[in-house]
Amino acid sequence: MSIHRKTLAELAAGLRAGEFTSVELTRALLGRIERAQPQLNAFVSITQDSAFAQAAAADRELASGGGGALMGIPIVHKDLFCTEGVRTSCGSRMLDNFISPYDATVVARLKAAGVVMLGKANMDEFAMGSSNENSFYGPVRNPWDPSRVPGGSSGGSAAAVAARLAPAATATDTGGSIRQPAALCGVTGIKPTYGRVSRYGMIAFASSLDQGGVIAASAEDAALVLRAMAGFDPRDSTSVEHPVPDYPALLSRPLTGLRVGVLKEFFDTGLEPESERLVRSALAEYAGLGAELIEVSLPQIGLSVPAYYVVAPAEASSNLARYDGVRFGHRCSEPRDLLDLYKRSRAEGFGPEVKRRIMTGTYVLSAGYYDAYYLKAQKVRRLISNDFERAFSKVDVIMGPTTPTPAFELGAKTSDPITMYLNDIYTIGANLAGLPAMSIPCGFSGALPVGLQIIGPHFSEERLLAAAHAYQLATDWHRRIPPGYE
Amino acid sequence: MKREQIESIAHLARLELKEAEVPVYQESLTRILTLVGELERADTADAQPMAHPLPRLTQRLRADAITERDAHELYQTNAPAVEAGLYLVPKVIE
Repeated sequence: MSIHRKTLAELAAGLRAGEFTSVELTRALLGRIERAQPQLNAFVSITQDSAFAQAAAADRELASGGGGALMGIPIVHKDLFCTEGVRTSCGSRMLDNFISPYDATVVARLKAAGVVMLGKANMDEFAMGSSNENSFYGPVRNPWDPSRVPGGSSGGSAAAVAARLAPAATATDTGGSIRQPAALCGVTGIKPTYGRVSRYGMIAFASSLDQGGVIAASAEDAALVLRAMAGFDPRDSTSVEHPVPDYPALLSRPLTGLRVGVLKEFFDTGLEPESERLVRSALAEYAGLGAELIEVSLPQIGLSVPAYYVVAPAEASSNLARYDGVRFGHRCSEPRDLLDLYKRSRAEGFGPEVKRRIMTGTYVLSAGYYDAYYLKAQKVRRLISNDFERAFSKVDVIMGPTTPTPAFELGAKTSDPITMYLNDIYTIGANLAGLPAMSIPCGFSGALPVGLQIIGPHFSEERLLAAAHAYQLATDWHRRIPPGYE
Repeated sequence: MKREQIESIAHLARLELKEAEVPVYQESLTRILTLVGELERADTADAQPMAHPLPRLTQRLRADAITERDAHELYQTNAPAVEAGLYLVPKVIE
């Protein structure tokens, strides 16, 4: 079997058994990346030289019998994670010239585990977007149909894994940015509980919602990477001191008796009929595997998009105030005075969607509007969170669609921000409540993959991964590879 | 949203807008505010504002000790203009 078709678990076994070296694996994947880049544009940077150096070091470690499960495994980092000595652009002109002086905790942990970084994945600018069309480096294209978007904001991460350019990629999720592109590209993505993965060195968008996670070809592969990424970090004040379960070891938990909440509101309106049929048939598969299906309702979930578009822009306007053209990032030429320096550096450095969100956030936080918008949104956030808490007193997980439709055409939704925002209608709730959530492939609408979303209570990642794994043992949707990338 | 409101927000956000951009943001921000206006229909009389998704978590404090080394030279390699360890900006005081 061609090396790129192997799962991360199979690659790890092959490296250990000496069937191939990390340098050979790295060379094979870099070759695929180079060939795919003109069509997919999944990468902002390809770090070939450091990749070979890391692979050679991993091979030495493996030869001496050392290293854990990820030793010598090549992966891709979303270009939102700071990588020492490597440009970290966050998909923005603002940071096009930014060479990170340090590693994000996630990057440092994976590096310590022996992972080889192949490059930095393209993304929507500052993770703001659902189609990857907001990148300064141009859109990423969906490997299943290059005329369509891969989803966003982690579009490069999802496209790279779908096209088997890397067995796994780091990603981040503020309102659906792991799950939505995973669904649209037919791969597996997990957004852990808020606080589970350190945000240190993750470029901030909305600090009470942002969470790092992983996109891989299967739940088993995601479990292997998440185990190495997760855990307490004193450098992130919202990192939780909570032991990290051995996710890969807990995958084989049987589904018997698992209470699956079927979320009524997610099937009410706007869901494409074929996607609905596929999600319902996945639910039937779960019932066949021993799970019990129970209808649940989250009465306030319909307000999650409006609440999010107050909270997220408010936090973004504050977080992005640091880009001032003084200490790092883009600076305009020949500023007249300090105000001109700020205004033109920011106007030139940020793209239209980022400016739109900064202005929305500035408005909802401004004097006279704070109570009507920001405080109100925080109260609605509480109601949504309470809804989830009530639902999880009756069920172990909640399942439903990840997105209302499969991947749409490039340009189809760029003229209307609201239409674009509504792509995240099913994913935002988990961010507002800080819950772990996954998307796994559950079939095809025509030639386009469809995702099943699984949401759990706080710190139930092992339950989500086990539920996803059981489904993937019984189905082969996650093994499908886009035509041309087999 | 009125034109002057957009201009005022852009100023507060320190963003220079081109003349042609003003009506574009006027339209899209108006539509966003209509969307978020749906929040009004929620009965939030008894709801405590939620600022953080893990409310039972308390803010952790660390010992008041120096844990970082001075790396300003490294950090300033990313700065647009530096002289003698200082960031250069246009003259602020005449």
